[in-house]
Amino acid sequence: MPIKTREDLMQLKAQLPDETSYRMTILLCGGTSCLSSESDIIDEMLREKIEKNHLENEVNLVKVGCLRFCGEGPIMFISPDDIAYVRLTIKDVSDIFEQHILRGHIVDRLLYVDGAQNKTVPAPKDMDFFKKQQRIALRNVGDIDPRSIEAYVAREGYEALRRCISDMRADEVINVVRKSGLRGRGGGGFPTGLKWAYTASVKSDEKYVICNADEGDPGAFMDRSIIEGDPHSLVEAMIIAGYANGASEGHIYIRAEYAISIEPLRLAIDKAREHGFLGTHIFGSEFSFDIHIKLGAGAFVCGEETALIRSMEGHRGEPDKKPPFPSESGFRGKPTSVNNVETYVNIPAIILRGADWFASIGTERSKGTKVFALAGQLRNIGLVEVPMGTTFREIIYDIGGGHPEGKQIKAVQIGGPSGGVITEDFFDTPIDYDSLIAIGAMMGSGGMIVMDEDSDMVEIAKFYLDFTQDESCGKCTPCRIGTKRMYEILERLTAMEGDPQDLERLETLGENIKNASLCGLGQTAPNPVLSTMKFFREEYEAYAYRTKRTSYLIDGKQCIGCTKCARVCPVDCIAGKVREVHTINENDCIACGACYDACPTNAIVKP
Amino acid sequence: MELKRILEKYPKRQDCLIDVLLDVQNTKSTRHLTEVELARVSEHLGLPESHVFSVVSFYSFFSMTPRGKHILQVCRDVPCYLNDTFNVHETLESMLGIKTGDTTEDGLFTLEYSSCLGCCDQAPVMRVNDTVYGNLTPDKLRAIISECRSDDDA
Ligand SMILES: Cc1cc2nc3c(=O)[nH]c(=O)nc-3n(C[C@H](O)[C@H](O)[C@H](O)COP(=O)(O)O)c2cc1C
Ligand code: FES
Repeated sequence: MPIKTREDLMQLKAQLPDETSYRMTILLCGGTSCLSSESDIIDEMLREKIEKNHLENEVNLVKVGCLRFCGEGPIMFISPDDIAYVRLTIKDVSDIFEQHILRGHIVDRLLYVDGAQNKTVPAPKDMDFFKKQQRIALRNVGDIDPRSIEAYVAREGYEALRRCISDMRADEVINVVRKSGLRGRGGGGFPTGLKWAYTASVKSDEKYVICNADEGDPGAFMDRSIIEGDPHSLVEAMIIAGYANGASEGHIYIRAEYAISIEPLRLAIDKAREHGFLGTHIFGSEFSFDIHIKLGAGAFVCGEETALIRSMEGHRGEPDKKPPFPSESGFRGKPTSVNNVETYVNIPAIILRGADWFASIGTERSKGTKVFALAGQLRNIGLVEVPMGTTFREIIYDIGGGHPEGKQIKAVQIGGPSGGVITEDFFDTPIDYDSLIAIGAMMGSGGMIVMDEDSDMVEIAKFYLDFTQDESCGKCTPCRIGTKRMYEILERLTAMEGDPQDLERLETLGENIKNASLCGLGQTAPNPVLSTMKFFREEYEAYAYRTKRTSYLIDGKQCIGCTKCARVCPVDCIAGKVREVHTINENDCIACGACYDACPTNAIVKP
Repeated sequence: MELKRILEKYPKRQDCLIDVLLDVQNTKSTRHLTEVELARVSEHLGLPESHVFSVVSFYSFFSMTPRGKHILQVCRDVPCYLNDTFNVHETLESMLGIKTGDTTEDGLFTLEYSSCLGCCDQAPVMRVNDTVYGNLTPDKLRAIISECRSDDDA
């Protein structure tokens, strides 16, 4: 039965079993990250136990999307007890069941230990990781069953769509988005309302709205967590966008690597169709809209909107020159609005709570919140959503808990292969679009990679360049050849075969590629090199003047001759007898670091 | 026969090219595309063969050489690199006796790179067909490989 009115929505909501009728609700994370551990099996085992003991009506086990504190995953939240169990394995299931579920005893050993303060923190709300966060885009992620449309509707789902269609004209919807100050979360930061107004203003028999779920920025996985954990928010937002832009078709372009994570999204689209949120006469109006999923086939550049459109049309994903912008001539040559996943899911919240509410969060010119995926050498790893204007220091230390071993944090990389590094001196910068540009960085799509004092910045820059030269689509020469040359210089340097002039060559090449490339990929590709050169020039010089040691060493004073290092070395370059000092053959060492991790006495010295 | 069935599912529109190619490749145990298949796809969609070929060569998910039953894709993006405790792909290369990009002679394993799998919190990470494995250690790699091998015996 198609949903047509507010009453229909209320009825759908009523089909969700009342949570208060349960004695206990357990949320267990089921995001891809945690599936790579054992959360699927934990879910099955626990469910079986609950059923065997006929507790289905007492214990509500919900498999949610990502609970966001991924570094501690798989995680489980239990309410009303307000307890989190972390780092679960299948061995823990019977304790949780016998102790907690049956007897109400807390299983102490599974509680979260805050390593920085060395204390146990049982309740999620007391964990530093969650304290400074404010959730808008991730409002439902980890709280609801992504497979249940009723659960989404119970959280005011599809009410924003109803209001748009029943009470607002398309231009009024656009005005609200405009007034909210929402800017694109895919990297560019373009005002969303303005984009929609352009697309809406162009006369055409057909228009399209597209969701960019290509998420190529390594280390960023917020878009996937939304697709997995709260797919209906994306579906609802796209229908609203279709209504506002005057489009009757929406497409979600998803990177091929995520093919295994889209089942909840497919299901959400089917359910939305079933209930009449997609199709014809939506909420009894004349408005029709449908959504299709399009899978990519492995090309980073397809995240760029014109390349994405080419790819959707069945071409090589090569970017086109802009203008014309997609708003004027996009998919199949028709006016098209391309928006990022995170951008979209803000929309229903803005419609429901108003533009003024949204604009009251954040800074002068960057409104709302931003989701970051914390990765790298940090104690607390996972997804964080903070108001714009939060500083790096707050994210790294207050939320992220600093370095796991208390080492010095040297730099933070944001903006992925297009971005650059930010050093300690800038950690008090408020994170918003403009402050970042002012310090020569960019927001990017939200990967935030923390690097400690041991990180080799030249190697890291080389890594990024290897990525971009590999992903360059080849259409324009500066990017195709230029990034290759830059990469070759870096290879030469790190192989100790470079010379001091190489540093100038890198800089000149970098500037030229930035100025002459066709699309954002090339225009930003040199950034990781140029920004690390700016802050860590001495590391480049050590390679250029060949004063850098590239192999690991053994400190004879610390070595106890336990042979552990020799046994793990994959290339057998460590020699030494039991209880005698070992040595590393510098020429054969591949600097893999296996010995470093195996050594019980910290006798191995990094290059 | 199989190919015909797949082609029939899709309207004759250029838009569908990538979907068709992915579909064809995924249904084959060797997970690769042949010239004959490309010709058939181009005929069905009414596209020049050169276009189909240029698309196949552009995207990293397409392969024109037969691949192993288990495709090991090791993430080599920066977050994984930073948290690498050991060199996963070199270790796999020596365990399997092949170079990255190659397939073992018994046709069981292909070793490839992957870009970020979005599981950076569990670095190092790799994907084997549709399963993601995180927090890799040399022991875990050995276990995964022998599990794949015994799967095959079964
Ligand atoms: C090389 C390159 C890669 C990009 N990758 C992505 C991506 O993975 N996801 C994304 O949403 N935007 C990406 N963008 C930005 C898009 O071109 C576009 O600006 C964005 O999808 C617009 O949506 P927004 O306004 O909501 O951010 C990329 C841009 C470039 C130049
Ligand atoms: S960098 Fe390897 S999974 Fe993200």
